[in-house]
Amino acid sequence: MSAVTPIDLPIDRSTEHQLRAGERATQRSAIKRTKKRLTSRGATIAALVIAVLWTTPTFGLLLTSFRPADLISTTGWWTTFTNPGFTLDNYSQVLQAGNTSLTLAGSFLNSIAITIPATVFPLIVASLAAYAFAWIDFKGKNWMFIGVFALQIVPLQMALVPLLSLFSRGLKIGGVQLFAGLDASNSYSQVWIAHTIFALPLAIFLLHNFVSEIPSELIEAARVDGAGHGQIFFRIVVPLTLPAIASFAIFQFLWVWNDLLVALVFADGGVAPITKLLAEVVGKYGDKWYLLSAGAFVAMVVPLVVFFSLQRFFVRGLLAGSTKG
Amino acid sequence: MSGFLKWVATLPSLLQIPVVVAAFLVVIALIIFFVEIAPRTGTLYTIVRLVVCVLSPVAIFVALGSVWWAAAAAAVLGGLFFILDYRSKTGAGYLFQLIGFLSPAIALLAIGLIYPSVSTFIAAFFDNRGRGFVGLQNFVWIFTQQTGITTVLNTIVWVLLVPTVSTAFGLAYAVFIDKSRGEKIFKVLVFMPMAISFVGASIIWRFIYAAKPVGQDQIGLLNQIVVWFGGQPLQWLQNSPWNTLFLIIILIWVQTGFAMVVLSAAIKGVPAEQMEAAALDGTNAWQRFTNVTVPGIRSSLIVVLTTISIASLKVFDIVRTMTAGANNTSVIANEMYTQWKGFEVGRSAAFAVVLFILVLPIVIYNARQIKAQREIR
Repeated sequence: MSAVTPIDLPIDRSTEHQLRAGERATQRSAIKRTKKRLTSRGATIAALVIAVLWTTPTFGLLLTSFRPADLISTTGWWTTFTNPGFTLDNYSQVLQAGNTSLTLAGSFLNSIAITIPATVFPLIVASLAAYAFAWIDFKGKNWMFIGVFALQIVPLQMALVPLLSLFSRGLKIGGVQLFAGLDASNSYSQVWIAHTIFALPLAIFLLHNFVSEIPSELIEAARVDGAGHGQIFFRIVVPLTLPAIASFAIFQFLWVWNDLLVALVFADGGVAPITKLLAEVVGKYGDKWYLLSAGAFVAMVVPLVVFFSLQRFFVRGLLAGSTKG
Repeated sequence: MSGFLKWVATLPSLLQIPVVVAAFLVVIALIIFFVEIAPRTGTLYTIVRLVVCVLSPVAIFVALGSVWWAAAAAAVLGGLFFILDYRSKTGAGYLFQLIGFLSPAIALLAIGLIYPSVSTFIAAFFDNRGRGFVGLQNFVWIFTQQTGITTVLNTIVWVLLVPTVSTAFGLAYAVFIDKSRGEKIFKVLVFMPMAISFVGASIIWRFIYAAKPVGQDQIGLLNQIVVWFGGQPLQWLQNSPWNTLFLIIILIWVQTGFAMVVLSAAIKGVPAEQMEAAALDGTNAWQRFTNVTVPGIRSSLIVVLTTISIASLKVFDIVRTMTAGANNTSVIANEMYTQWKGFEVGRSAAFAVVLFILVLPIVIYNARQIKAQREIR
């Protein structure tokens, strides 16, 4: 799984309260700027050093991507300041680069076509299941829920190959064709289904935590008024958990966009997303630095825009993911 | 269904999005509609339930392209389920609703995670064609040749170094910037790598590690720094065992932001009174940190360490794009993929099982935690 997917781990109540208090304190401090500073000068310098170390690699690549190809391969990006040169050629060239069936520009579109449905599907399926786990009583509910939780830590790698053969050859038990196979090579459907499935354990767990926190009086009141589970889900649960759904949507979006492993196995030929194409470009033109730098930024631009514009939800989702038990 | 998917695949790529999303929403709306009317009493609703119970399994099996009598068997099972639901103690329609909510998720998980995991487990004990049973031979192969041992050892090094170092950096940074001016910007700067794909991160770091022969201008920052200090440029990614370390740095770079954000919130949750009391007792900043802050955020620390451990056990993209496992840098996930590409399905599956065994303690620990928690509720 990607770096941005938080794994939910149960924490006890007191820590949960503590973290919430922390969130509130952050909000307060934004309003009240007169708080006394406790940090020393040394700490500030150390923080600055870390911040610079962490940003320099990305900044260097950004500069490189705008430099002319011959300058990139002979001098370092830090010489830009003394030896300026600016061009957009790298970008126009890398968009045309690729393999026989696809250019990088085409794979950018593929990434969009893969990512949006693969974000919507698991969210809806998971919120249905989360509702059942939270508000419908049945035997073995706890064990089933723990089972779903445990699935999120099962390495994805274990599931990839059998799932692929299921998609392409179908399922036969004792010579009986139970499932004919999707016969869907060169279409996005395999990737959509794979991403949907792999996102489910985390999504169910995360959304369950939010859904179960809805006051039971609210649900009871709706029931008394004659609403069935379908209406309660649609009219009460979905609107109230919308913030949680939104923050998980950002995660899922970034995860699917940045994924390489699932794409390598399930998306071949004309439907490959940009990460796969980029990895191919790295393999093929490992020494053509001008293609690499511009290509990396083309792939990065969508997640970075999502990240910077929705940063607050992103952080909130991260905290929710790791602190709500 | 494959017909529908084939038709969708012929559309322009961006047009496919609204089409499949709309189709999916129709299915979900149908489920919610039937769930809503299920518990109502009256002959009409009972008949509707019966029809749905019998026809929906048939529809699913037909859509999946199954043989007709399997679909017929599904219809009979649906009918049995209807009777079970009708006579259920909790009232007719109760089980129907439950299945309506749960079945999409459970079916997908069974198809996509449970069935494949089980069959990988079985494949690990068979030969490369999946025909002959070979016992533990695939595992023996992993642990008797140099590449296999290096791969497993490398994975262990990853899982030891990445969580500890990135948590340490994240914690230090969170403490340093706590309540400082421009805290938000500081956070965003370090957090940003998390939005970048591992492939993108690998390219960024290729530019750091690039090496040119002695005498030429360096284009890799790290070698330039070495040269500025009068050293010889080095091939960072070729000399084992240090090359693994340089790959590990990339994951640390990515994961520190995660540790920092979670720990920063935890630190702010430590009661200010405790800090003030400690300050009144004449402690210095370091003593306050070790005796008040760290115990106060202990369980958040455990969460961060566990999450990053799992991420580093499964690391794939970085190794794949940086070295593809050359020069003794391979890790389990990468070796799995390599073996699979080389048609060694059994060995690939054996690597997956080894990975699963390494993750198992974490699963058990957390399953116990969650069980304890749900019992409290």
